[in-house]
Amino acid sequence: MSGKICSGNLIEFLQRIQEEYGFLPRDSLIKLSRDTRSPLSRIFGVATFYHQFRLEPPGKVTIAVCMGTACHLRGNAENYEFLRRFLGIGPGRSTSDDGLFSLEKARCFGCCSLAPVVKIGDMLIGKATPRELQRAISRVRESILREEAARGAGGGKT
Amino acid sequence: MMRQEYWTLMDPCCDYCLHSRDNPCAKYVICRVRGPFCHRSMECREKRQRRIKEVLYGSHGVRINVGASSCGLAAGAERVLEAAKDGLRSMGVEVEVSAVGCLGLCFMEPFIEIRSEDGPSPIYGHVSPENVGDILARYFEEGSVDGAFAIRRRTGRFKDEDKVPLLDELDVWRKQVKWVSRNCGVINPESIEEYIVTGGYEGLSRALTMRPEEVIEEIRLAGLRGRGGAGFPTWLKWKICREQPSEEKYVICNADEGDPGAFMNRLLAESDPHRVLEGLIIAGYAIGASQGVIFVRAEKPLMAARLEKAVEDARRWGLLGENILGSEFSFDVRVMRSAGAFVCGEETAMIAAIEGRRAMPRQRPPYPASKGLWDKPTVVNNVETLAHVATIMVHGWQEFAKYGTERSKGTKMFCVTGGVKRTGAFEVPIGTTIRALVYDIAGGPREGRRIKAVQIGGPSGGCLPERLFDLPIDYESLQEAGAIMGSGGLVVIDDTNCMVDVARYFTSFTLAESCGKCIPCRVGTKALYDRLSAIVEGMGSLEDLQLLEEIGTMMKESALCALGGTAPNPILSSLRYFRDEYEAHILEKRCPAKVCRKLVSYAINRELCVKCGLCAKSCPVGVITKTTDGYFMIDESRCVRCGTCVITCPRGAVEKR
Repeated sequence: MSGKICSGNLIEFLQRIQEEYGFLPRDSLIKLSRDTRSPLSRIFGVATFYHQFRLEPPGKVTIAVCMGTACHLRGNAENYEFLRRFLGIGPGRSTSDDGLFSLEKARCFGCCSLAPVVKIGDMLIGKATPRELQRAISRVRESILREEAARGAGGGKT
Repeated sequence: MMRQEYWTLMDPCCDYCLHSRDNPCAKYVICRVRGPFCHRSMECREKRQRRIKEVLYGSHGVRINVGASSCGLAAGAERVLEAAKDGLRSMGVEVEVSAVGCLGLCFMEPFIEIRSEDGPSPIYGHVSPENVGDILARYFEEGSVDGAFAIRRRTGRFKDEDKVPLLDELDVWRKQVKWVSRNCGVINPESIEEYIVTGGYEGLSRALTMRPEEVIEEIRLAGLRGRGGAGFPTWLKWKICREQPSEEKYVICNADEGDPGAFMNRLLAESDPHRVLEGLIIAGYAIGASQGVIFVRAEKPLMAARLEKAVEDARRWGLLGENILGSEFSFDVRVMRSAGAFVCGEETAMIAAIEGRRAMPRQRPPYPASKGLWDKPTVVNNVETLAHVATIMVHGWQEFAKYGTERSKGTKMFCVTGGVKRTGAFEVPIGTTIRALVYDIAGGPREGRRIKAVQIGGPSGGCLPERLFDLPIDYESLQEAGAIMGSGGLVVIDDTNCMVDVARYFTSFTLAESCGKCIPCRVGTKALYDRLSAIVEGMGSLEDLQLLEEIGTMMKESALCALGGTAPNPILSSLRYFRDEYEAHILEKRCPAKVCRKLVSYAINRELCVKCGLCAKSCPVGVITKTTDGYFMIDESRCVRCGTCVITCPRGAVEKR
């Protein structure tokens, strides 16, 4: 869109950086500031304004709990509290101690008719209950650990 | 060209057809379906007609549609699709399985439809990978439609047809008018060919034969008003923008659908993206813009992907780019994904986001129509509005204006969620009553429940009590009653929900989403939230109610943009209609719906208790103890009311009182 590449595409630049690293590393923002000749404060301002951008590395799998109206009415606030306790995520934190899961609140996914909805990685779980979430998380955790073990073993052999 | 292995309707039929991006033909679109017009050839004509049938009903006369938009996928449509293919293979039946959009019947996702030209076309709901094989076997091997949710027509050739209701006779379908959502759940959204076969881009073809002023006049006669919420006449916005003396103009499609509980834009753009794009191109032509932007919400990636695919395909076939369909009009579109901020739905904030800044609204006027993106005249239209534009240009304003009320014409999509039997997205004429929508179409309350209110218009809207359900849904009636039409999200609140909690929920939403630019909204939402929190925790006083009203009125009058100006609506409307619930919290320290944690107490029902002791183990403060007779008991004086025991109990024996 027009010639104002440096400022006009800032959000898209940030999205691309985050796609690459999973979050916005400080060094990348400083480099972006130099390359686009816009003050770091402005870039930081945009990066902290939008929900999508993260300034800290996320866990291996992100669990997003929908906080939309329908999900709220059908009990997702309780699901969220349950997940915090179950994953052992203390106040002010967003990632579990083992670094596997990060928990976040999300705005409506637009799947309100399946409320309450929780998204684990790319998998949407409709009509979620604590029990079901517990099972799904255990499955995901096992598969991650298995993968890691397989990689570790494979790496050891070669 | 004739020898191409896989010929589609979009390709030239023979060497006579010269349409290409560099040599666009004015009749390209209508020629595909009704042509050829430039040369006489029965062979070419038949070839096209054959292909049309193939596109609609598959190469074997039957096609299986699987609803695969976000909601369908969340319900497991992808596995159903694979299982359907496997099932057909093992039966030796050669039929295409295609992914389509959403019928709006979300309560029965995932669905499949076995579609054929003269067959009953049964639709099945709650399909799973396990039962899809049986469904297909019953249809193809036994010739029975038993177990279907509905059939489209009775043919007398299939068994059990009389056991299954006709779709058109079902309440959920009969009272709807499928105008803008006609293709949703019917065509493959990723195929431009299917859109063209169902009349797509004919509106654009027609618009380009008219002068831009005539297009604006057509929309004026139709009486189309913005479907994003405010209801501003679309033609007027266009006219103001057209009259601005500027070389460069922009048109933006607002696909930043952020209201929780509203998903009609996602549904439309995921199920029929070309219709939205066509409307955008027509809008660009009408105002004299050469650039369009589709601004899509971050949380709806499939919607962005389908719109991107549509833009790419349209460009490929010369429906975007230079000299579209042989006219003087050149136009291109880019899809931009938002980084997530509710306030982006406000048009000046959205423009700031597209320009790469923080999404903060600015004072209006000047309105974007005179000073918008990069300070150039800009029109911002909602997804549904643009889809209506395309449909009106095909079928003419008269057809559109048949529906609706005196002041608000046409149809509107509503998403009904919450405490009803049938949740989903339904399209009805404007002016339909809330009762018809909630009770007839959505099926009324869930088993054993009572509906007490609907919340219309998301965080900007209001709660209307059951006694106002005969109110027609149009812009003015709702405004008078203290709600707004908004984008059309309708959340049904039943007796398990607390009105104060709902108001607090919406305020927590606007509090978090306030951009912080103006004081009424930044400080006001926080003040409202604090008062509401005190009330739900049993620490409120009657003065708080007065304070809520005062702050709310102040915000309405002085906030910079619609987010702050409408943020008090959920509180003011629930105070107006449900004051008794607020008073119960304050005076009796009681939550009538047993939702507000601090005001309920937990007890173990001995009749249901199996003495497993899980509650005692899980209690974080250790106040559940075993009594001498083996049952468990909660020490209410020390209970922190976290609710863990309710979740843990396998028998549901922990009850709220």
